[in-house]
Amino acid sequence: MATQAPEQTGDAQAIAAPAASDAAPTRTLTMIEAINDALAVMLERDPDIVLMGEDIGYFGGVFRCTAGLQERFGKTRVFDTPISENGIIAVAVGMGAYGLRPVPEIQFADYIYPGLDQLVSEAARLRYRSAAEFTAPITVRSPFGGGIFGGQTHSQSPEAMFTHVCGLKTVVPSTPYDAKGLLIAAIEDNDPVVFFEPKRIYNGPFDGYYDRPSKSWKGRPDAIVPEGHYRIPLGTANVIREGEALTILAYGTMVHVAEGVCREKGVDAEILDLRTLVPLDIEAVEKSVQKTGKCLIVHEATRTSGFGAELSALVTERCFYHLEAPVERVTGFDTPYPHSLEWAYFPGPVRIGEAVDRLLAAG
Amino acid sequence: MDDAGDRAGSNRPALALHVPEPRFRPGDTVDFTHLAIPAAGAQSRPDESCEASETYPLCTDLVRVLGDDDQAHGPWDPRLSPDRLREFLRQMALVRAFDNRMYRAQRQGKTSFYLKCTGEEATSVVATHALDFEDMIFPSYRQQGCLVARGYPLVEMINQIYSNRADKLKGRQLPILYSARSHNFFTISGNLTTQVPQASGFAMASAIKGDSRLGVAWLGEGSTAEGDFHSALTFNAVYNAPCIINVVNNQWAISSFSGFAGAERTTFAARAIGYGIAGLRVDGNDALAVYAAERWAADRARANKGPTLIEFFTYRAEGHSTSDDPNVYRSAEERTEWPLGDPVLRLKRHLVALGEWSDVAHTAMDAELDAEVRTAMRQAEKNGILGHGLHQPDRTMFEDVYETMPWHLREQARQAVHERAVKYPDGHAADLREAEKPA
Repeated sequence: MATQAPEQTGDAQAIAAPAASDAAPTRTLTMIEAINDALAVMLERDPDIVLMGEDIGYFGGVFRCTAGLQERFGKTRVFDTPISENGIIAVAVGMGAYGLRPVPEIQFADYIYPGLDQLVSEAARLRYRSAAEFTAPITVRSPFGGGIFGGQTHSQSPEAMFTHVCGLKTVVPSTPYDAKGLLIAAIEDNDPVVFFEPKRIYNGPFDGYYDRPSKSWKGRPDAIVPEGHYRIPLGTANVIREGEALTILAYGTMVHVAEGVCREKGVDAEILDLRTLVPLDIEAVEKSVQKTGKCLIVHEATRTSGFGAELSALVTERCFYHLEAPVERVTGFDTPYPHSLEWAYFPGPVRIGEAVDRLLAAG
Repeated sequence: MDDAGDRAGSNRPALALHVPEPRFRPGDTVDFTHLAIPAAGAQSRPDESCEASETYPLCTDLVRVLGDDDQAHGPWDPRLSPDRLREFLRQMALVRAFDNRMYRAQRQGKTSFYLKCTGEEATSVVATHALDFEDMIFPSYRQQGCLVARGYPLVEMINQIYSNRADKLKGRQLPILYSARSHNFFTISGNLTTQVPQASGFAMASAIKGDSRLGVAWLGEGSTAEGDFHSALTFNAVYNAPCIINVVNNQWAISSFSGFAGAERTTFAARAIGYGIAGLRVDGNDALAVYAAERWAADRARANKGPTLIEFFTYRAEGHSTSDDPNVYRSAEERTEWPLGDPVLRLKRHLVALGEWSDVAHTAMDAELDAEVRTAMRQAEKNGILGHGLHQPDRTMFEDVYETMPWHLREQARQAVHERAVKYPDGHAADLREAEKPA
């Protein structure tokens, strides 16, 4: 499995390997530890960075992403907040106006909706409406996605609500290595970034077989994380697996599920981990689809008006004459995420495998 | 209605929904005697470092300084010099002159929208003078007085109102939604109340950094109903944020009277009590009381004694905006019968009573201020008025969405400029060249 940032995709800033990785010692980390490490590195480097959110201080967060950071950096840099998502994001916007670079956590992506106005109408618009007098250099971190028996309020994937908002960037990592490099890049970005962390793979990769023993990140090259500072530029996709038979566009947990399907079926797919949804690495998408002539889009979020719809439209508009089969989407169903029927909802190996088969048979 | 069958065996009374109704509608005779207007000078003034609870009697009282005798009374008298008071008077009158001219400019088709603050000038102009220049103002849309008080150039305000080519906001914002970082005046949203918890965040950041700057928000009484207002109060209380929230209670939110924000039950200042922070209810048409209260809150916050919620009790003398006609929902007598008078005239009469001002001087000042506004208008009009071609190049529509323009916006920018070239094949070659430039 490819572990490094992609080769240059046309964007001159898309540097493949992080500068620090050659020299810096490395460790194998879970995604939680990699995120914690990224936050620690940035708190150390930049005195204007503050972390805040529900239960993130003394306790270290319900998923432990901020464990030990308050003790290390103090209560005015890492602190608990009232249970008020709109307040958390609003306060982050105000702190940004002062000159800080806040990194608020929304405990579950399902809870982000009270903060929507502050994200959509405020954070995303400050630069534009003030002609860059004021900006919102904030990164909103939030665990998203299902597969942990969270029911319909702890499992959602609302990324398309944010990709629809001009002025926001939306980022989803799929490995510990990427999580650290992308989070650092997001924090250093001067625009507001929504950073969705796929919580099903916080502690290990997931191939979609919930009934098999869970795996850990140990021994995986994409969990080898350099110490110190490195960044993966936003807007660069990663070619997880090169192939000729079809292109699979995925992000987050679904990268691993798609990869598992292709491995089990022995399909020579090219799998693109998008990593950033907005701005999208359109050149990487075009290059791959134009090579393979077939495109499967996989996301866990509900189907209608999901980000897959945008991807499908882009591929159709830009690669139509290379396509040998209709673009396929495999997604969650258009229902709330059910508790007991979680695995019937999840776009797992059967749903993906059948779509792969259809595409392979077509043309 | 016979619904006994539905409630068989129940002797409970039928529930009734209360929908608030203002006392006076168009054509009604107005009588404001139900409003408790205490005598000026009768309110105690606790020390700035007091326990929040010491302010609670003031949340249902009304801090007043200027009496019906045009003299300053009581412990809230800020004892400002006549020069200072003349400065306040001049700037309040300038805001009024500006409002009148810009209202007419909208009626003449020079812009799409304008919004006056007539009757509320003290709540912005004078409150701003009680702050430091470095304190960040998080305004709502009726705080043009804050900009005037900080010396922001009128011509820049008019450029923004006209969305012309000199508009620093590049014609992106509805008229009057200013932004002036140079004057520590935060960009106005247009979505109500979002700025209030942002002021809390600014104040918290200042405290995190050990700075001395305050975050100071303004909002109308109607928008205290928004969740953002309560988030702000919670964060202010939890973190003891150096933040002042000014609720300008001008009685009307477009056509909805203050009862729709809860005014039938208690005052807006009394919201402070539930949050355990300091609160003051102030005669918003009394420039001296406004100054004294805002200064009290600023000194308290700067001494690390925490946030204050201030209610400025005032009256919106004009319509909500150029898009509104108040005659269809409220009595025209309200304005003339308003028991707290006009803030400009009250301060003028006070200065006259002190022997520091005269009708002659006032008339001359008004003429001078009107000329100042007209000069600024002429200057701004050289940069164009709305819709007359002297706007920003089309490409600027795509700038500042992000710090650097991503590919999809570059594509769309080319399309927009191309469309202009199609529409005006002779006139916009330069725009087209600009659009076709590689990123």
